[in-house]
Amino acid sequence: MLNPRLIRKTRLASVSLTLTIAASFLTGAVTVAQAHFLSRIIASVFLAHQTLATVTPLLLWLAALSILRAGAVWSGQIFAQRTAGRVKAALRDRLVAHVMALGPQFTRTERSGELINTAVEGIEALDAYFSQYVPQVAAAALIPLTIVIFVFPNDVLSGLVLLLTAPIIPVFMILIGSIAEEMTQKQWRSLSRMSAHFLDVLQGLTTLKLLGRSRAQVKTIADISDRFRDATMAVLRVAFLSALVLEMAATLSTAVVAVEIGVRLLYAKIAFQQALFVLILAPEFYQPLRMLGARFHAGMAGTAAAKRIFAILDTPLPKPPPTPPKPAPRRFTIALENVRVAFDDGTRPALNGVSFTIADGETVALVGRSGAGKSTIAHLLLRFIAPQSGIITVDGAPLHQLDMAAWRAKIGWVPQMPYLFDATIVENIKLANPAASSADVRRAARLAHAEAFIEALPRGYDTRIGERGARLSGGQAQRIALARAFLKDAPFIIFDEATANLDPRHEAEIHAAMAALLANRTALMIAHRLNTITAADKIVVLDGGTVRESGSHAELLAQSGLYHQLFRAFQGAI
Amino acid sequence: MSTARRLLTFLAPLRGWVALAALLGFATVGSSVGLMATSAYIISKAALHPSIAALQVAIVGVRFFGITRGLFRYAERLVTHQTTFRLLAQFRVFFFAAIEPLAPARLRQFRSGDLLSRIIADVSALEDFFVRGVAPPLVAILVAGLTWVLMASFALPLAAATLGFLALAGIGIPLLTRRLSRRSGRAAVETRAALNVSLVDAVQGVADILIHGRKSAQQGHIRQLSRTLVAQQNRLAWVNGLNAALTGLLSNWTTLAILLIAIPMVSAGDLDGVFLAVLVLAAIAAFEAVLPLPEAAAHLAGSLAAAERLFEIVDVAPQIQDPAEPLPPPQSARLDVRNVRFSYSPTAPPALDGISFSVAEGARVAIVGASGAGKSTLVNLLLRFWDYRHGEILLDGRDLRRYRADDVRAFMAVVSQQTHLFNATIAENLRLSRPAATDDELISAARQAEIHTFIQSLPQGYDTVIGEQGLQLSGGERQRLAIARALLKDAPLLILDEATANLDPLVERDIMATLRAISAGRTTITITHRLVDMAAMDEILVLDAGKIAARGTHAELMARGGIYRQLWTQQRQIDLLETGSPAILP
Repeated sequence: MLNPRLIRKTRLASVSLTLTIAASFLTGAVTVAQAHFLSRIIASVFLAHQTLATVTPLLLWLAALSILRAGAVWSGQIFAQRTAGRVKAALRDRLVAHVMALGPQFTRTERSGELINTAVEGIEALDAYFSQYVPQVAAAALIPLTIVIFVFPNDVLSGLVLLLTAPIIPVFMILIGSIAEEMTQKQWRSLSRMSAHFLDVLQGLTTLKLLGRSRAQVKTIADISDRFRDATMAVLRVAFLSALVLEMAATLSTAVVAVEIGVRLLYAKIAFQQALFVLILAPEFYQPLRMLGARFHAGMAGTAAAKRIFAILDTPLPKPPPTPPKPAPRRFTIALENVRVAFDDGTRPALNGVSFTIADGETVALVGRSGAGKSTIAHLLLRFIAPQSGIITVDGAPLHQLDMAAWRAKIGWVPQMPYLFDATIVENIKLANPAASSADVRRAARLAHAEAFIEALPRGYDTRIGERGARLSGGQAQRIALARAFLKDAPFIIFDEATANLDPRHEAEIHAAMAALLANRTALMIAHRLNTITAADKIVVLDGGTVRESGSHAELLAQSGLYHQLFRAFQGAI
Repeated sequence: MSTARRLLTFLAPLRGWVALAALLGFATVGSSVGLMATSAYIISKAALHPSIAALQVAIVGVRFFGITRGLFRYAERLVTHQTTFRLLAQFRVFFFAAIEPLAPARLRQFRSGDLLSRIIADVSALEDFFVRGVAPPLVAILVAGLTWVLMASFALPLAAATLGFLALAGIGIPLLTRRLSRRSGRAAVETRAALNVSLVDAVQGVADILIHGRKSAQQGHIRQLSRTLVAQQNRLAWVNGLNAALTGLLSNWTTLAILLIAIPMVSAGDLDGVFLAVLVLAAIAAFEAVLPLPEAAAHLAGSLAAAERLFEIVDVAPQIQDPAEPLPPPQSARLDVRNVRFSYSPTAPPALDGISFSVAEGARVAIVGASGAGKSTLVNLLLRFWDYRHGEILLDGRDLRRYRADDVRAFMAVVSQQTHLFNATIAENLRLSRPAATDDELISAARQAEIHTFIQSLPQGYDTVIGEQGLQLSGGERQRLAIARALLKDAPLLILDEATANLDPLVERDIMATLRAISAGRTTITITHRLVDMAAMDEILVLDAGKIAARGTHAELMARGGIYRQLWTQQRQIDLLETGSPAILP
């Protein structure tokens, strides 16, 4: 429950953690002192028949201690939060840096939700862990210890009762806790199943309505809620037993102490003040242990979150180049030689020895069915992944030896579905060059044939897009990516033609923009249109992770291969 | 009615459970008070060295309270959870019944993003409403009552002082906390939302960030937000720590107040000294009841905010209403659309801008166009999900609006892209369209949809559970089940609404063949942006920006050129390259 690796992180905040523990210790000490003065006051008045005037100094002590205790509690919480804040901020920085260093291959869409959840909710779960659970563990260790040290000189027997019953609580908590935890997990699963069913019905509401079955669902929802309630309550009846044992141990021990000292008091084997002192402290002794039970969940949640966070941090990063990186090249003759890539630890081959060359200034079209390896080649050139074997050279220098940032600065990338940030249109285009003037941004948008639709938006270039703003169509998003590429003005272009959300009118605009962008630049096109393909200097036909054939349009038609077959089939159909 | 009162009405039928939960919570704290009071009594009395018989009753009391506290706590937790589950069940039923008439018009705005799961989260947030929001104040009131009675039996000033401090701790501190933390609390929520957005950008947009060399800028932005959040949370800790410190302080001052009042009474002989310790320890124990109140205030605020969002969703008038005197259900599937104009809101541009066409009984008509051309709007109007104001749609010669919406929908079988398959067995999913269908009818529909062999190959056949928590089906299998379900309904008008969108082109081709077979002789409207199997249509309408741009058969439209031919050419190229197989061409 105290994850050692997580606890080591508190080194970042050792001062505030020490102060948290000190505050906890002080709270324990003040509690003992308060019990001492309270028992003295009551004993003096009750048995020694003293008056208010004579006990006033003692009352003043009590008042002073109460303020000291409040101060200790207050500062304890402040320091605990500081510890939590330091650790959280440091871990979040590391997590973000690590995830971004792992790159798009790691954050691919099916995993992105989980990653974001870990970075937000996971890290915040550590808040309760460090600000509540860890201090409570410290309190549960220190406060009872302090109390028992002072109870022993007063009354050995009561001290023994406390000392012997105290371990029962954590032992039972762990014993039942592990069973109960499993049951609590089960309970949460069943609760979330109930929510899942409700979501299922809401998502399918239109379908139900079409089938005329929607109103019948009211009864189903009620029935399923009842069924889940019964199942969950059966689980809870066991899960709550841990709390029962915890309470029982604490209250029964207090009762035992009360009776035991009461009887010895009767036979004058203990003084009244000492007896009262012990009685006041008995519930205080168990209080931190009981609170620990209440914080159990924060501990579990924190440990679970830590596991997910460390799993991400433990994913190894790609190796940096061994020698000092070379500067970016001037000429963009790019050669792939026998390049092999396989995903999922080599079990899913993507490229099986691919070789081809893009000469400086040339446009090369990559053609092939989906899954042939076209995007993998783009990702290799963008250096999101590295080949397992084979080599890629640029102007004769191995790609992996080039300075990463300098190389990427030379690439204009137009993906099928560019990511649009939760920001304005201007900010989204400026991603490519934050220092660009607004005239530059407009010029880039105009070249990308994006100006017309941008100006039709409610706030023009200042319209916010993304989650909280306007949504753009696929064709519009791609034209924003084109505008980014124009603004970046990089010598090498990687372009992935869209296959979805087609609209013939946008198609023509994108083609015109694309032609302008490719002029005087080196380019790799992932092509899906015949007019794009026929316009390329060279066509590379990929099939099953290898180059099936390559050459110009005329050369390939002369070869009567796959390309020839597809092209003729298409021509014949029109 | 205020949100709070409206939410409380859901508790009204659970009055008995609520009372029981409050009583058990009271008994739990009461046991502590009893335990400490009797314990204090025992040792005070014992100090006077009476015979052991004088202590017997008190000893029994101590043992009794020592045992009962745990038991009461256990029972209380069971009862509060029982109450909560019943409350949630009621609320779900209420919410569903309220949103059902509003669907899908009202849900349309919630489909994007994960707002639908926000609804779910808000309903779940009501879990805290009773357990942490309503029950603790009830328990605190009962305990305060007990304390008053106990103290007042000795002296009124004692009761007044104790109650005063309890009220200060139970009401004053929650109010103070809320006041102090409101601004930083809100700021922290906003920072957290901004941080969330930046993290989403960093994870989902990582490729664009890396390529444009913006990695350290994005990291710096996140680091800054993260630091701001920590600073705001530190400020909140000041308030929360103050809250804990003040509650403890008030508890200690209650002790002081009792001593200040009781000591002179003992000296004057108005109070037996035996009870001095009893009063002090009982008051300390009673404070347990007010400890959860500051947190209860926060939970109540959270539940109320969640409930307000939910009420807001369902508190609107439905888009369509059935006529007072509806026509009997239509008989013939003849459909005439005359000059229909429609926009989703008064300010929005028209989604349909003067559409006219007819579908004769038994005819096959396709409505095609790019996304945003108005195709799905037309389906929404035909299915009576939205009301149109301009033009008319005639079914069997009479206006659609004069029938009952249910009768119109019963007349149509729909296979759509978003056909929802429920997390239930295949048989249950199919029977949704006709609950009384026999097994033979089920199998016959599945055979026609060419999915029977697949279902039979599953270990549990028609009893296989599908959906998120069951068997994951491929896109093609899902659509075939949707087709079987539509066939089982056996309605006169078949509407295929993007029925093969997002399928692999080869799978699409197979399913289109199935659809062609089943639509033979049936009045069928095919709505699609994918121009597949168009030669089988009697008429094709090309929608563009809410208007019919062209109409005719496939051969006519291809010969004429224009937008139809462009769309077709574009798609063929992509399909050909995506599949690498000339077989995709007609």
